[in-house]
Amino acid sequence: MDNSNQSSNTIVTINNLTFYRGNRLIFDNISLEFQRAKITAIMGPSGTGKTTLLKLIGGQLQPNRGEVLVNGQNVHKLQRSQLFELRKKMGMLFQSGALLTDMSVFDNVAFPLREHTHLPESMIRSLVLMKLQAIGLRGARDLMPSELSGGMARRVALARAIALDPLMIMYDEPFTGQDPISKGVLLHLIKSLNTTLGLTSIIVSHDVHETAAIADYIYIIADGKIIDHGTPAEIQDSKSEWVQQFVKGAMDGPVHFHYPAPDYVDDLLSYSN
Amino acid sequence: MLKTFQNLGHTTLASFSKLGRASFFLLHALSGVPKLLLRPRLLINQLYSVGVLSFLIITISGLFVGMVISFQGFHILSDFGAEETLGVMVAASLVRELGPVMSALLFAGRAGSALTAEIGLMKATEQLSGMEMMAVDPIHRIIAPRYLAGIIAMPILAILFSCIGVLGGHLVGVGLLGVDNGSFWAQMQTKLDFRDDILNGVIKSIVFGCAVTWIALFEGYDTIPTSEGVSRATTRTVVNSAFTILGLDFILTTLMFGDN
Amino acid sequence: MQQSPTQDTLVGLFVASGIIGLFFLAMQISNLSSFIEDDGYTIKARFQNAGGLKIKSPVSVAGVKIGQVSAIQLGDDHRAVVAIKIKNQYNKLPSDTSASIFTAGLLGEQYINLDPGGMDDYLKENSEIDITQSAIILEQALGQFLFKKSADK
Repeated sequence: MDNSNQSSNTIVTINNLTFYRGNRLIFDNISLEFQRAKITAIMGPSGTGKTTLLKLIGGQLQPNRGEVLVNGQNVHKLQRSQLFELRKKMGMLFQSGALLTDMSVFDNVAFPLREHTHLPESMIRSLVLMKLQAIGLRGARDLMPSELSGGMARRVALARAIALDPLMIMYDEPFTGQDPISKGVLLHLIKSLNTTLGLTSIIVSHDVHETAAIADYIYIIADGKIIDHGTPAEIQDSKSEWVQQFVKGAMDGPVHFHYPAPDYVDDLLSYSN
Repeated sequence: MLKTFQNLGHTTLASFSKLGRASFFLLHALSGVPKLLLRPRLLINQLYSVGVLSFLIITISGLFVGMVISFQGFHILSDFGAEETLGVMVAASLVRELGPVMSALLFAGRAGSALTAEIGLMKATEQLSGMEMMAVDPIHRIIAPRYLAGIIAMPILAILFSCIGVLGGHLVGVGLLGVDNGSFWAQMQTKLDFRDDILNGVIKSIVFGCAVTWIALFEGYDTIPTSEGVSRATTRTVVNSAFTILGLDFILTTLMFGDN
Repeated sequence: MQQSPTQDTLVGLFVASGIIGLFFLAMQISNLSSFIEDDGYTIKARFQNAGGLKIKSPVSVAGVKIGQVSAIQLGDDHRAVVAIKIKNQYNKLPSDTSASIFTAGLLGEQYINLDPGGMDDYLKENSEIDITQSAIILEQALGQFLFKKSADK
């Protein structure tokens, strides 16, 4: 079963997924597909649960309905040990980097190797230095996470995420809060990891231009539904007014500038004692 | 009125569900202990931050508590002409009660709050979920070594507290107030029993160690991952630990010393 | 993952200090030291009334502690049979030594005082002391005193 899916072109399939957080509907019966060795982006305004979607794929959250298949395995039907085995094949880059604060850069990157393999220390050292070289921070190996800038922390987290040579990697808002240089570096890294290693990438972001520049396919999610999907070019020419507003960053459109409120004049004059 | 009952019901249910989560959490952490024995390095690191770093506050408090009991005890005992039993009074109160209880309260304030804050911040900065996504069980990797370290460190700290306390009591009683050195120790030795007094005190401190570390780690793990959530969880650790220690002490004392 | 030798040393010292502390408590503060001195011989003494005597009550000669009570049982003759463990170094107690139960101070604990006699042979393992004086029970003594007073009138 595993092998038959290995050859198929999709690595992650989400079927009819519904998820509630408390009483709030986050995803309403959505279905997505992620192609192997491609960069797929999930975009949408803040608070639409894009990070939640990644956690559902990683099996950290349980959906209320629907299924998530990763590499042919239903994530939420797996035993705990099987799920952990599967997660070794998924890398994830958290928004904050999520580096372990009590370890140096080197130890952070070495962490998954030391936890999951019984490699000799000399080999771990070479592997870690290779990963650090790939992200350009080999010289920063002895720094502690608190001494890194946000962009550097994210690059180290990226090195850690690829330490075990996963099949796919999920990026949670990789560009948020980065200066243009860091953004450029990250864009380049994500793209080159994808092209050189054939690493399947899932990017969750609301940075339209950066993401559109490297993505092969884009899903746009808002209010728990998929509004539109297609290649970057198709999205650019989307007929949906909402997508146009989102892509162009227009102030008013289907999403109003004003939070729903009573009529302005009435509101001003309604003061009575 | 109805609202009051509604609130009461809600609070009760919430506490039960918290207790349930805490129990599963504890079982999960304990299941990670055997694996931990293969990697003693993790335990040593935690023994350092939980035990060694609490050493100073415990010994200094022990010294002063011992000296104060000696002072107060001397004045009461001298009314009966029983100054010779000062050693018994100091040692018994330290070994049976003050050693385990005071050191556990100090431990909750020093190490417990630090554990809660550490785990809470790891949760808030996504380190715990990051670890989970790296297929590393954070309860086994992070919680279990800290739990074991707490259980090992607590009795050691309580023993040190009692020892230093007795020495402090000796300093004041014999050095300052002129109680006879020989009878200070000799009376102690005839009156205190190794099993009944000292071992019971050690057992108490092990129980307190389990309870305080459990509370501290669970509050950290269960915290709302914001800075406010972490600060509240830290406060809860100290308050809940104090109540738990005092309650458990009453139960244990009744069981251990009740039939004398 | 950090491997710092100072940290290891401190943890080692910490654990060692705990073990030393427990040893200190055991030997210096509690009566464990008297358990370990297991070498000694046991003699028996029969008392009409053992009073407030307890296991581990001290046994002394001329105010020097030489042993302790190791068991108290009721004999066939309905008298209290008190087993006394005496340290080996005090093995020259004459066989006609007498034993009395005294109280240290008015409210203090009770102990056994041995009064050595003049015989040439000594008490050995399982010897029995014949001459004993029971505990003075305060209530009995008071009762006798009052009884005498009223009889005198």
